[in-house]
Amino acid sequence: MYVSNVPLRRSVLPGFGLALGYTLLYLSLIVLIPLSAAFLKTASLTWTQFLGAVTTERAIASYQLTFGASLAGAIINATFGLIVAWVLVRYSFPGKRLIDGLVDLPFALPTAVAGIALTAIYAEAGWLGKPLAALGIKVAFTPLGVLVALTFIGLPFVVRTVQPVLQDLERELEEAAASLGASRWQTFVRVILPYILPALLTGFALAFARAIGEYGSVIFIAGNLPLKTEITPLLIMTKLEQYDYAGATALAVVMLVASFLLLLAVNLLQWWAARRSGAEV
Amino acid sequence: MSAPAAVLAPPMGGVRPRVVDESRLVQWLLIGTALSFLTFFLLVPLAAVFYEALRKGAQAYFSALIEPDALAAIKLTLLTAAIAVPANLVFGVAAAWAIAKFDFRGKQVLITLIDLPFSVSPVISGLIYVLIFGAQGVLGPWLAAHDMKVIFAVPGIVLATIFVTFPFVARELIPLMQAQGNEEEEAALTLGASGWQTFWRVTLPNIKWGLLYGVILCNARAMGEFGAVSVVSGHIRGETNTLPLHVEILYNEYQSAAAFAVASLLALLALVTLGLKSVIEWRTRRERAVLSPEGPQL
Repeated sequence: MYVSNVPLRRSVLPGFGLALGYTLLYLSLIVLIPLSAAFLKTASLTWTQFLGAVTTERAIASYQLTFGASLAGAIINATFGLIVAWVLVRYSFPGKRLIDGLVDLPFALPTAVAGIALTAIYAEAGWLGKPLAALGIKVAFTPLGVLVALTFIGLPFVVRTVQPVLQDLERELEEAAASLGASRWQTFVRVILPYILPALLTGFALAFARAIGEYGSVIFIAGNLPLKTEITPLLIMTKLEQYDYAGATALAVVMLVASFLLLLAVNLLQWWAARRSGAEV
Repeated sequence: MSAPAAVLAPPMGGVRPRVVDESRLVQWLLIGTALSFLTFFLLVPLAAVFYEALRKGAQAYFSALIEPDALAAIKLTLLTAAIAVPANLVFGVAAAWAIAKFDFRGKQVLITLIDLPFSVSPVISGLIYVLIFGAQGVLGPWLAAHDMKVIFAVPGIVLATIFVTFPFVARELIPLMQAQGNEEEEAALTLGASGWQTFWRVTLPNIKWGLLYGVILCNARAMGEFGAVSVVSGHIRGETNTLPLHVEILYNEYQSAAAFAVASLLALLALVTLGLKSVIEWRTRRERAVLSPEGPQL
């Protein structure tokens, strides 16, 4: 990796100026300038106006739902994603390759399609909604529905970050632990889990970050009642439709800051993971 | 203190001692848990799309697909992807060339900035273009004076789609080209090839699978994007409706079977994407096994 006080290596390859110049121009035009527009727009508000816009009762209820359901979804995905990754790496069973390929479905399936499909299943007359309703559990059009949608869209992250690390784990480590008298569970908790922890946390953070911004799959199943089942991205949308651009942008800035902090956390986790695997091999 | 050797079960016929495998019961419990989780969250929703789509029969299914508004939505979706994917492809190659083949200050920051659109909510991805090109936006009055429309029109949809699919090709190519190093290109140049010849004859064949992988993922997202496009589209039927937006309109009008029929097209696209992705992963794994001990990995 590049370290700043080491002299730069000179490449004999051509095209550096053109490639970097085009990259910076395109990045600025498509991403950086439009994104900074959001922050500039917010700067037109006074601090009091901004605080007022982002701390309304409705906004706070939407943060609670968005962040709470995203966190719960990420925890579910961390738990089951770890089991799925484990099963895919360690065991063989019929249909394993098909299942392995299907794990990425939430990445490939358009969110609107996922939204209406989940709503159809979990509505009170749906395949799963009916038996659940018989147990007194309502999923669609409640916060539980939001959780289902956010679990769906975050599903691949933990599996895909943990899977390669599990694959690289040397079985000799486990054999050593076992020969020293550790039970299988002890080996898992003391040897395997610490080894895959950075990857597991990275997957968790990625699933959490993705869930916070999610819109398409949630709005169909959520019911979208203000204060109850309204997520923050939908509140932004509603404000836009009422031409309240400043209010929408203020909420967007809160979400952007949260996303960037998470992105920073993910980068730190990956740096930690790289350093650990570098130190241990 | 128990004697460690006593814990070791006698080898079972395989090469590994049995102690590093879970008992049969635990194995089946874990497989059962994993499969039920995936069934409830992946297979059932996927099956529901096709079941609901065909519920009213094949006739209703196909008439929902060839109805003029549906055809207009298909056309717009194809047009959007046909612009967004090549634009991000060219950018991805340029960015990967600069980042993987050269050393410069701030490289890590640049990589993080390229990934930025992935951590922005789709709704916000649309909003930022409204703030620039919308009627009250920075360039709004100028656009209105020149009788041009970006928001609530096709250019806005294309721009929002480019934004949300921005990192796909670049993030696939950067690690791949970094792993491959510069030796082959340097050899080609030494042998008298020009820069472009080197790129077309040496670099491109080396990165073709990674490139295709990025393009396929980019295309799936470009055709399926909902939130960002929803903000800038204005939902004008037959004009600014992409397929996912058309699904939403039909669904909200309680035309459930038609909504799911159109959705099934997008679900098929997703399945084809996953299939191609698996094929490419299998090919790169095979090539990697043949060529070198270390190489590209996702």
